[in-house]
Amino acid sequence: MSMAASSRLRALSKPTPAAIGAAIVLLLAALAVLAPYISPYDSESMDFNAVLSPPSLAHLFGTDNFGRDVLTRALFGLRVSLIAAIGSVAAAMVVGVPLGLLAGYRRGFVDAVIMRPVDVIMAFPAIVLVVALAGVFRQSLGLMTLAIGFVYFPIIVRVMRGAAIEVSDALFVEGARARGASRVRIMARHVLPNAITPVLVQASALMGVAILMEAAISFIGLGVQPPTPSLGLMLSDGRSYMGDAPWLVICPGLGILVAVLGFNLMGDGLPRLLDAANRRRK
Amino acid sequence: MTSTVRRLLLLLPTLFGVSIVVFLLLRLIPGDPAQVIMGLRATPEGLAAITRDLGLDLPLHEQYVRWLGALFSGDFGRDYRSNVPVTQLLATRLPVTLELTLLSLLLALIVAVPLGVRAAVHPNGIADKAASVLGLIGISIPDFWLGILLVLVFSLTLGMFPSSGFVPFSDGIFANLRAFALPALTLATGLSAVLVRVTRSAVTEVLSRDFVRFLKAKGLPPRAIINRHVLRNASVPIITVIGMQFGYLLGGAVIVEQVFDLPGVGSLIVTATMERNYPVVQAGMLVVALLFILVNLGTDLLYAWLNPRLRGGAR
Repeated sequence: MSMAASSRLRALSKPTPAAIGAAIVLLLAALAVLAPYISPYDSESMDFNAVLSPPSLAHLFGTDNFGRDVLTRALFGLRVSLIAAIGSVAAAMVVGVPLGLLAGYRRGFVDAVIMRPVDVIMAFPAIVLVVALAGVFRQSLGLMTLAIGFVYFPIIVRVMRGAAIEVSDALFVEGARARGASRVRIMARHVLPNAITPVLVQASALMGVAILMEAAISFIGLGVQPPTPSLGLMLSDGRSYMGDAPWLVICPGLGILVAVLGFNLMGDGLPRLLDAANRRRK
Repeated sequence: MTSTVRRLLLLLPTLFGVSIVVFLLLRLIPGDPAQVIMGLRATPEGLAAITRDLGLDLPLHEQYVRWLGALFSGDFGRDYRSNVPVTQLLATRLPVTLELTLLSLLLALIVAVPLGVRAAVHPNGIADKAASVLGLIGISIPDFWLGILLVLVFSLTLGMFPSSGFVPFSDGIFANLRAFALPALTLATGLSAVLVRVTRSAVTEVLSRDFVRFLKAKGLPPRAIINRHVLRNASVPIITVIGMQFGYLLGGAVIVEQVFDLPGVGSLIVTATMERNYPVVQAGMLVVALLFILVNLGTDLLYAWLNPRLRGGAR
């Protein structure tokens, strides 16, 4: 065994930040999917004998001002967070990847037609645009998810375009061109697979950003509406009671933090992971 | 100089696009502005009169031209509720947001740059570990949650700072800064995280260059090498990131103003959106986008000035 290989093996056996991130993401995803089966209470059932009760064995994270179990609501809120994150990033990728690929491969006029509107969207801070769109999506989770995707697709376009430009000059692309492969085939079979890594890294980071965005919009009252549990909404409701019941703001915030942290850790380590996978394939 | 002019000219299509987005957004939102203005007192005749007054019966492109023309003469329309000119609202709101963002920027610079430098100079030292933790937690923590936690600790428990509200500058600089302390700290955390990462990697990169080895060999004290030579060379990426992150600060201000009940442009946009107060939403978005574009332009220019190789023109 070469020295490089043995050091790589050692690196693999030690949990990398990326592995920890992936583990967090998987765990949270499992919790969110299984929420209806594993949560100790019903997310909307109220118990007026246990209003604002502190964390105990019966209620691990305490109860809120309606006597609802905070842990249960946080698990259901996590579902909303993940739906918004996966939905919006998927939407941003579906629109952004082809546009960025086209702009980066064709350059010139096509590039300008695609990139000028993208520049315009990026001239607004993301949250300002989502807030303004809130009037359009009117508190529907689906539409809000699309609005978040709309605000972030320019980032995907830019990263995809940059990577496509770099790959388009490679010899194997020229070779395909010389062989007379069609433009679509070159873009899909040769440019895309070799340019997608930075886009996936960006997408992983965007998942975290999208979770923050959903929570923020719901927090200021323009997103998910009660009684649907959203971590952001739980925070804004809990604020009024936090002097007496700090667990109301600690638990949901911690949930958001851990979820975003998971995606960020995973994104940081993704390039090396994908690189290793590529090498193994070859 | 020609490159500066070219950059300014390139702004025009973006500004044009921004104006179209802001204008069209109002048309996308369901609901009739005339209905919003009249509220429960609405009568068919009244609605028709207001629709005519606002020019809402005109074709879309004519409405756009009218609106843009009014903007150029400084007329941003009137608040649907209070009938106050929107420019007047912005004049009172903008300084609050600017103070919040500038204080946060200052705070982030004071903390993140020295920490990033120390982390780069002593890899794996305490500063480096602190920098990694700040870099990771800072970008992952929701700013509104951090704000709430700070209130919980520093105002509800320790009573050191007010939990919310704004104190104008005219009431004394100390009271004003005290009111801004927690909001600015909240907003600065995310920026510090990004800044500490960039500073660390920029300084690490410069430290590996040959000229640093030469200066060391020459016997220059490390402190002088860092302050006089390394920092200047590392400043370009740091400044670029600050420019790019300014949009984040403006966006973050929307949330932080909401948490701390500060009367800035961000909370103005949020309240106006809830009330369907369209002229206010439009004006707020325009101002924020304009600020963002100008800061990016300034960053570009500063970047070119710091890095002469990027200056266009004669060679």
